Amino acid sequence: MKQRKMTLRLDNGMCFHGTSFGYEGSAVGEVVFNTAMSGYPESLTDPSYAGQILVLTYPLIGNYGVPAFTMEKDGLATNMESEKIHVRGLVVSSYSDSYSHWNAVESLSEWLQREKIPALTGIDTRHLTKILREQGVMKGELILEEEVVESEEDYGDVNWVEKVSCKDVVTYNKGAGKKVVLVDCGVKHNIIRNLTRRGVEVIRIPWDFDFNTLQFDGLFLSNGPGDPDTCQAAVDNIRTFLNSSRIRPLMGICMGNQLLAKAAGGKVYKLPYGHRSHNQPVRMEGTNRCFITSQNHGFAVDAESLPDGWKPYFTNMNDGSNEGIRHVSRPWFSAQFHPEAASGPTDTEFLFDDFISLL
Amino acid sequence: MKQINLKKVLVLGSGALKIGEAGEFDYSGSQALKALREEGIETVLINPNIATVQTSEGIADHIYFLPIEPSFVEKIINKERPDGILLSFGGQTALNCGVELYRKGVFEKYGVEVLGTPVQAIIDTEDRELFVEKLNQIDVKTISSEACSNIDEARSAAERLGYPVILRAAYALGGLGSGFCDNEKELVELAEKAFSFSPQVLVEKSLRGWKEIEYEVVRDRYDNCITVCNMENFDPLGIHTGESIVIAPSQTLTNSEYHKLRELAIKIIRHIGIIGECNVQYALDPNSEDYRVIEVNARLSRSSALASKATGYPLAFVAAKLGLGYGLFELTNSITKKTSAFFEPALDYVVCKMPRWDLGKFRGVDHQLGSSMKSVGEVMAIGRTFEEALQKSLRMIGQGMHGFTDNKDIPINNRQELEQALQAPTDKRIFFIAKAMKMGYSIEKIQELTKIDLWFLQRLRNIYDTDLELAKVASLNQLSGELLLKAKRQGFSDFQIARALNLEKVFSSMDKAVLTVRERRKQLGIVPHIKQIDTLAAEYPAQTNYLYMTYNATSNDIEPPQDDKTIVVLGSGAYRIGSSVEFDWCVVQAVQTIRQNGYQAVMINYNPETVSTDYDMCDRLYFDELTFERVLDIMDAEKPKGTIISTGGQIPNNLAVRLDEQNVPILGTCARSIDNAEDRDKFSAMLDRIGVDQPEWSALTSKEDIQKFIKKVGFPVLVRPSYVLSGAAMNVCSSQEELDHFLELAAAVSKEHPVVVSKFMINTKEVEMDAVADKGEIIAYAISEHVEFAGVHSGDATIMFPAQKLYVETVRRIKKISGQIARELNISGPFNIQFLARDNEIKVIECNLRASRSFPFVSKVLKINLIDIATRIILGLDVQKPHKSLFDFDYVGVKASQFSFNRLHNTDPVLGVDMSSTGEVGCIGQDASSALLKAMLSVGTRIPQKGVLLSAGDPKDKASMLEPARLLSRKGYRIYATKGTSAFLSTYRIPNTQVFMDDEEGEPKVLRMLRDKDIDLVVSIPKIVDTDTVDNGYKVRRAAVDLNIPLLTNARLAAAFINAFCSIPIDDLDIDSWEELK
Repeated sequence: MKQRKMTLRLDNGMCFHGTSFGYEGSAVGEVVFNTAMSGYPESLTDPSYAGQILVLTYPLIGNYGVPAFTMEKDGLATNMESEKIHVRGLVVSSYSDSYSHWNAVESLSEWLQREKIPALTGIDTRHLTKILREQGVMKGELILEEEVVESEEDYGDVNWVEKVSCKDVVTYNKGAGKKVVLVDCGVKHNIIRNLTRRGVEVIRIPWDFDFNTLQFDGLFLSNGPGDPDTCQAAVDNIRTFLNSSRIRPLMGICMGNQLLAKAAGGKVYKLPYGHRSHNQPVRMEGTNRCFITSQNHGFAVDAESLPDGWKPYFTNMNDGSNEGIRHVSRPWFSAQFHPEAASGPTDTEFLFDDFISLL
Repeated sequence: MKQINLKKVLVLGSGALKIGEAGEFDYSGSQALKALREEGIETVLINPNIATVQTSEGIADHIYFLPIEPSFVEKIINKERPDGILLSFGGQTALNCGVELYRKGVFEKYGVEVLGTPVQAIIDTEDRELFVEKLNQIDVKTISSEACSNIDEARSAAERLGYPVILRAAYALGGLGSGFCDNEKELVELAEKAFSFSPQVLVEKSLRGWKEIEYEVVRDRYDNCITVCNMENFDPLGIHTGESIVIAPSQTLTNSEYHKLRELAIKIIRHIGIIGECNVQYALDPNSEDYRVIEVNARLSRSSALASKATGYPLAFVAAKLGLGYGLFELTNSITKKTSAFFEPALDYVVCKMPRWDLGKFRGVDHQLGSSMKSVGEVMAIGRTFEEALQKSLRMIGQGMHGFTDNKDIPINNRQELEQALQAPTDKRIFFIAKAMKMGYSIEKIQELTKIDLWFLQRLRNIYDTDLELAKVASLNQLSGELLLKAKRQGFSDFQIARALNLEKVFSSMDKAVLTVRERRKQLGIVPHIKQIDTLAAEYPAQTNYLYMTYNATSNDIEPPQDDKTIVVLGSGAYRIGSSVEFDWCVVQAVQTIRQNGYQAVMINYNPETVSTDYDMCDRLYFDELTFERVLDIMDAEKPKGTIISTGGQIPNNLAVRLDEQNVPILGTCARSIDNAEDRDKFSAMLDRIGVDQPEWSALTSKEDIQKFIKKVGFPVLVRPSYVLSGAAMNVCSSQEELDHFLELAAAVSKEHPVVVSKFMINTKEVEMDAVADKGEIIAYAISEHVEFAGVHSGDATIMFPAQKLYVETVRRIKKISGQIARELNISGPFNIQFLARDNEIKVIECNLRASRSFPFVSKVLKINLIDIATRIILGLDVQKPHKSLFDFDYVGVKASQFSFNRLHNTDPVLGVDMSSTGEVGCIGQDASSALLKAMLSVGTRIPQKGVLLSAGDPKDKASMLEPARLLSRKGYRIYATKGTSAFLSTYRIPNTQVFMDDEEGEPKVLRMLRDKDIDLVVSIPKIVDTDTVDNGYKVRRAAVDLNIPLLTNARLAAAFINAFCSIPIDDLDIDSWEELK
């Protein structure tokens, strides 16, 4: 393959010149960075990256190729976190054009081309990361040679959840036992795997579906991309659930944490450059228990805004931002990080056990 | 919060540097002491390694230069009465000593609390059976073997474990009857054979070709855990991790593999109950996610030092704090100073660790790598591509390699020989891979032979291909910027590029060619950029001064201040035989003096086992190459006021002239003087001019001259090339044949500098002058004396300071000559002169215009920091001559050498002009004998309890055994002696028993006695020039080393040691701390 030139142009006018290693085309998106050192197949298929151009700060990418994109009987991907790549584009420092791994079937480049995702290599990703850290995440364009890029709506104006949520209700583990309604704001498959593995039936519903009409034992709010303020329908449904006379357990992850906070009456705000990494330390409030967590979010809950009855559950040990909330007396809690990991550390998987034991 | 109310804590060091236990423990111990000091805790340190930074003033409150040995430690505990003790910062030495003290109930007796990991947890990881049982409890897989007593049992065991398996015959020495079995048929065949000479076989799963992965795990007393770093061995399982090329973070692991092993590591550390740090090593199947735990090290280790430097996470410091009761969440990230210490570093670069071997220095040593360590040091390279990091590291090991390509060709042309070299790894394997590529081997074939993961080989192939591309370019002008940049991004040096383009011919000088490439490169704007190591991949702002350079970047993370306040200090590089922790001490002292005087100190070094590469020590640390090219790059960026090259040993010293030619401001003694001292020809001419005597010598530029010279002086002669350290390629030749053979080898080392031959003097004392001068005037000095006669390399010799047995006249002459030389070379800074002395006749052997190996030793015995004085002089500050009375004290220091022959199979453990010790200790006593005794005990020589074997070949050496033999006899030792020595002793009526070799008639047999430990001290003195490695003396010496029986091979040292332990009862040795000696 002939290497073609590619440029990342940021909204602030800065340009980074390198070469293309993915789909031969251009892309627009919000440029964000992730400091994880492994797990690119999982990250690329994480629906929370919808609409974003992902910069990986770890410089050597593609080393272990890409595993087969196969689906299990239950419709969940064997090795991936959703049905497709969700990032708009990928930016790395040094793409490894050959790979080696027992379960790889193709190279990252081949996969990106197949899924029509442009990718850039050969730029100073550390420099780029520092720009994003200092000036905040911003819009960027991946431009193949002299190609003209079609303009798009700003990332913030789009309801990304709507774009990635399922369109119909899907049930997993039907008849397995307790029923858990999963509000799909862009759910990662490993959340579903973690629930079904624990022997519950999972009813995956579109983000704005009014689940209050369904019969179920527990509610689960998934992760998802974009701004929680665009998901008012979900917030309204959750509020109805919270106000219901029948108290049932609830757990949320990431976007789920933000939607729960909003439904409870709290506020969310956009972080300057988000948390996207595998090494975010969180502390469980009121304890000496600390965990390393996998994270991918651009918004956070304002812990100060939580109404009576709600408390922070976890707090980020680096910047003090909220990492989860819980109700003081009712079985409702959520985490801003990803206890399902994939990719990332598995320290907090016990939260799934906690949720199941409450059902 | 700190939980324990501690006032005084004892820290055990690791003693002398040896193979498997090197400078990393100076780093970890120094960090622990720093952590304790910060808490206001009084600290006591036991470490006889006097050259370390941790045994310097201001690090610990009380320092004991005494053996890390239970009886001494108990005496110190009794004297100091500490409340707590740290066992995990001094390597295996400290750990073993701690476990023994625990078992003896010493800690309980004196109420000393073991801080951090409980001793029981240490025992659980050290005892193989307990360890396997412990991990079985939590269903973690270990490498276990099943004992079988018939073929059916073996068959079903193999079935359970899964093929391939290894079958080992139990109770069989040397791997007899062992082998790999890929299927049942092979198993049955091999088992039949094995059962024919062994009643039992062990069946083990074969992990040949599995990946080796390590995790560094930290746990606090609240059960919070993190894994600071994982690392992947380039070499698959089977090669000790200390012998492997290691990459951090892992490169070929998927997320699922990475986190599966991480989760297991945390499960293990919790179950074992470690508080602090531990290392978990795994074998990982390259074809599935199957794994085995190889071992767990419940202490700071070489890997943890590497992980600290690789990530910027100060593991030892944090582990010490956790031992005091802190939670990880209570500590801050010492790089960002804002974020929590409870986190896992994210790297945005790749690190490559390369071992440094010195096997070439040992006669008869086996070069094959395996499960025991042979390397003497290591380097760490940082880059933003694997290729860049790897090529840097190959230059850093300092064995004449320029990277992966463009090295001197390996003379192998036969495929069979090459394939053997790929399959059975040696210290040169990486270069055999390059050779294989040159011979047309595919990476798949190389993978098959080496089992190295294809990904690594693909990267090596990239380098090789780029080199081919470069070689096709006709001239420098036709070299495109694109290709040049690509090469630089893959870590090619200007030298490699010049060589690939064959520019040496064009410019008729390699130096010139390299500089032209540099110039061209700069014209094209292709320059390296400065990047920070910040632990969080730029996610948070960090004021870190921990830096490296890379071509895979377009911007600098920092802009060095251009305020004429910066002094650059060049470090000493990889630890190797001849240059080790002592130079680290010197550069650290220099850096401290620079900072105390209002300058910014910039450090360049790449050795992860050092304190100088602790980013806390200086204002900016460039963890990068000490090559001419990279030093110039850093000079371009820093534009310093000056550069100090005289404290880092020979590497910086060798750069002096070339840096000076590029107008790098060198502080202290000028480059021309350095050259005048280094170049034998010039130096000798100077000595003649000022009327100073030297052993007769001749430059070997013509064969006729050399013949004439030898006719005049006679054999033996000492032959060496100029610009060498530690006697590399230096040898004594006793015959024409030896001489001819050796000159061939030496000429290959260096063509530019002539080889010199000098008269080798026997029965002559060697004296060292370590001194500091200011504009040619000596300001401070230390004269020390070797116990051994000349012929033993000064790095191996036992040294007494102050000199004990020199004539006053000799000392006077040495001072006078030193003054003359200092004046003539206009020395400003540290220097060392070695003298030969016989009957007041003084000859100069050599002079180094830099700090020498013995600077920390003499500085600490003198209690005058010679490097501080030297640095102040170099900086042009006012320096007062220390008062004369300071040179007059009532105690003696003895420096003794540590050898690691037990790790170097088959080598003859004798001393010669070539250095072979890997470390040293320095002990202080009320008199020479007690200091010597402490020092000898510190390097592991034990006082015999039963019998002593005496064996000397040379009549003169036999005679020198007479007095010691009388002493031993009087003390009631049984004396055994070989034939000649026995007859000699009998003549003088010293009772002794003659011993015999296995092929001789007569009893007792010496080798059996050694095996039965009937002899517990061996004195075996070879003839000075002894090339026969298969003689009886060799067999006895080798057996002593292999059976861990103390061995002395020098008559003078043996006599001194025997005299010392026969005259001083060990319990009478004084237990004085450094500050108590006045």
